Amino acid sequence: MSVRIQPEDFDIAAELTALSDGHDDIGALVTFTGLVRGSDITALTLEHYPGMTERALQKIEAEANARWPLKATLILHRTGRLHPGANIVLVAAASSTRQSAFDAAAFLMDYLKTDAPFWKREEKSDGTATWLDARETDGTAKARWIR
Amino acid sequence: MRILYFAWVRERTGTSEESTTPPASITTAAALADWLATLSPGHAAAFADRTRLRLAINQDQAAFTDPIAANDEIAFFPPMTGG
Repeated sequence: MSVRIQPEDFDIAAELTALSDGHDDIGALVTFTGLVRGSDITALTLEHYPGMTERALQKIEAEANARWPLKATLILHRTGRLHPGANIVLVAAASSTRQSAFDAAAFLMDYLKTDAPFWKREEKSDGTATWLDARETDGTAKARWIR
Repeated sequence: MRILYFAWVRERTGTSEESTTPPASITTAAALADWLATLSPGHAAAFADRTRLRLAINQDQAAFTDPIAANDEIAFFPPMTGG
């Protein structure tokens, strides 16, 4: 289980290689990458709560590992000012078979969207900047995992 | 008591962090928010609409009805938008 929060960009291939290293029982590895989208924005800034962010992501990761038989998981989230097309987040889940890996990766993202203390500020090409509102659809996505 | 502010809440109060000692009669996060709102017009604006605010006590998500203690770290922020 691994959680990292950093401003630097990540290399997906290198991260996945490191994740699988030492495991010969991984049959399925599912990855999600979140990117900065928008042709009308100049930058997206990710603010976070140092201390609570690590704690919250570790909690989400522990929950995923408790629910599914996983061999390894990774949550890697960037902070700071990012440009369109940039990587924001990488989530990976490895298991012996695919259903657990798919479900765990989706679970990690759905929980991360609502329970990880990050806040996004968008700068538009007209010079204005706004804090993005949380989406109701993210709350709905998380709700499907409630037991 | 350490109070932290994030995103537009931080912009309104004008500070990311402050150390305070509220009156002993303040025992819940809601009462604390009411008291912090009196510190400045910016603070009042930050706390004006509680439905737009969330909070954490000692780095765990909490509710306005939760109790607070003298040495707690309490953060106020908008709903999270990570990922």
